[in-house]
Amino acid sequence: MNNEGVDESKRQFLTSALTVVGGIGTGYLAVPFLAQMQPSVKAMAAGAPVEVDLSKMESGQLLRVAWRGKPVWILNRTPAALETLKAMDSFLSDPNSKDSIQPDSSKNPVRSIKPEIFVAIGLCTHLGCSPTFRPEIAPHDLGPDWKGGFFCPCHGSRFDLAGRVYSGVPAPTNLEIPPHRYLKDTLLLIGETGKGGVA
Amino acid sequence: MKTRITACGNWFLERFPLTKLWNDHMAHYYAPKNFNFWYFFGSLALLVLVNQFITGILLTMNYKPDAKLAFDSVEYIMRDVNWGWLIRYMHSTGASAFFIVIYLHMFRGLIYGSYKQPRELIWIFGMLLFLALMAEAFMGYLLPWGQMSYWGAQVIISLFSAIPFIGDDLSLWIRGDYVVSDATLNRFFAFHVIAVPLVLVMLVFLHIVALHEVGSNNPDGIEIKKIKNKDGIPLDGIPFHPYYTVKDIFGVGVFLIFFATVIFYMPEVGGFFLEADNFIPADPLKTPEHIAPLWYFTPYYAILRAVPDKFAGVIAMFGSIAVLFILPWLDRSPVKSIRYRGAIFKRALFLFVISFFALGYLGTQPATPSATMVARFFTLIYFGFFLLMPIYTRWEKPKPVPKRLTQLSTLDDFIPTLKATLDEVTVKDDHGYTLFGSTEFRRKPNPQGIRNVLIRLAKNLKASLD
Repeated sequence: MNNEGVDESKRQFLTSALTVVGGIGTGYLAVPFLAQMQPSVKAMAAGAPVEVDLSKMESGQLLRVAWRGKPVWILNRTPAALETLKAMDSFLSDPNSKDSIQPDSSKNPVRSIKPEIFVAIGLCTHLGCSPTFRPEIAPHDLGPDWKGGFFCPCHGSRFDLAGRVYSGVPAPTNLEIPPHRYLKDTLLLIGETGKGGVA
Repeated sequence: MKTRITACGNWFLERFPLTKLWNDHMAHYYAPKNFNFWYFFGSLALLVLVNQFITGILLTMNYKPDAKLAFDSVEYIMRDVNWGWLIRYMHSTGASAFFIVIYLHMFRGLIYGSYKQPRELIWIFGMLLFLALMAEAFMGYLLPWGQMSYWGAQVIISLFSAIPFIGDDLSLWIRGDYVVSDATLNRFFAFHVIAVPLVLVMLVFLHIVALHEVGSNNPDGIEIKKIKNKDGIPLDGIPFHPYYTVKDIFGVGVFLIFFATVIFYMPEVGGFFLEADNFIPADPLKTPEHIAPLWYFTPYYAILRAVPDKFAGVIAMFGSIAVLFILPWLDRSPVKSIRYRGAIFKRALFLFVISFFALGYLGTQPATPSATMVARFFTLIYFGFFLLMPIYTRWEKPKPVPKRLTQLSTLDDFIPTLKATLDEVTVKDDHGYTLFGSTEFRRKPNPQGIRNVLIRLAKNLKASLD
């Protein structure tokens, strides 16, 4: 038994050391606790590619399929619709899709591999609502400048028939185009790009 | 036998400070004697919290937190579980009632300066409670797995993706999947039934401990602890029990009349408490034509939509809540209660209330360009009320504050005025009719009298703003 008083510096050292060790331990424990909320292996595996048969698709028709739980649109654009895309630039905030997400094969003015077949993820780049397909020209509620496109009912974002966003709306970028390629002329695979790479 | 019970009681009391707790917080807790209508809502909030706990626990006994089963299990509760409809309507109505009560409770704080020194911490705990309540309501709303549940959650979680650099990873982490899915539903269930309720209970405890440390404010905004009698008891204080327990029980009675009316006769309240689209199962491929959050989130939702930029919109929305936290330091007026504050504050508060209701309405409406312009205007007023407060409260010319509490007017004072007003707005019908042997006259509305009363009301309202 030591009766010569208390060694304060030793106590201070032990307290500090315990705090540091405890803090690091808590930090390590936080990693699995937080990481268990990340998408599970099963959720990530569910991102498998989806095949879509286009042989029965008519001109002007919109097809909705689910890929990774998200709605994917396949739109067969009419020649008239393709014509409207050329005169849209002044209304758009990113007409050349510089800041938007698309595979290289779709990085062109009509944002698709085949000009008439437009493939996009049907979720608004603002807050993830699914915009409605409004192909009609100049309807009453969307104004005289409307040349057909997609309108998000949640917050009023507008996109043209190539999924390009109008300027002055809340959505920051054009609709995302998923990786996709053609297995045959009328058989589309969503989820993979041309060189077999999985996105 | 009687001595046995006393002995048992004493055994307990020697080991637990029940008497001390009771006295400190009830029997010898002195509250100002002039609490009015606005002071019902603290205890009512506690009542609704208990309602949510009990009905919530009962709902979990039949609810299935699984994307395939959730919607059907809610319908099962509604149709096949004994009294399940009642329990669910009590819970869904309770959620809206919670926000009504809390908004009135916060407004009380605003008009009587209850957030001001020395009660800043009570206000901050209260704001944290409000935040936790919003998280609780938002996560609970996903559980029925209807269309509104699904797309509402999709929008709100996407708000986090607007944060630069970490946003996308953060929203992925919150969802646990690339879209709102079974994983999201399951974790929201866990948060809704255990994590957030625990936080709420702890915050309620802190809120009340902090309140009882400094004592309650009152409609006059005068510190009753400044003038005490020789026993150290505030002259203008009365013990919480029995005076305010009895008063609050009366408040509970009135509240329950309204609560039961909604539950039994109008549980959806025209789509305000339960939205029509939420009776359609969640469809990840299709957003409803018009999505709007429940009424208690619409003011903030309108602010979000008013800003044309994604990230700035999210900042504005969270900012509209965050600014409430610093309210105690924005207000520079030396006077607490609106009774003695200058005209400029009353007018600012009046504009704020209008902007809050207007934003709340706009949040339920589709985002047309003209509606967005109006929302922008009211968003400016909303933020102006808070952010200009350090300036305009400094110009304020408060009235002199009395040393002691003023008399609370009683119902007896109102009755003669009420009767006089009634006489003024109606006129006696010429044709009498006989009822139980005496001649009665019907009264019919008097347009001139109604006009006079309304003009007087408007004049009084204007005068009260000076």
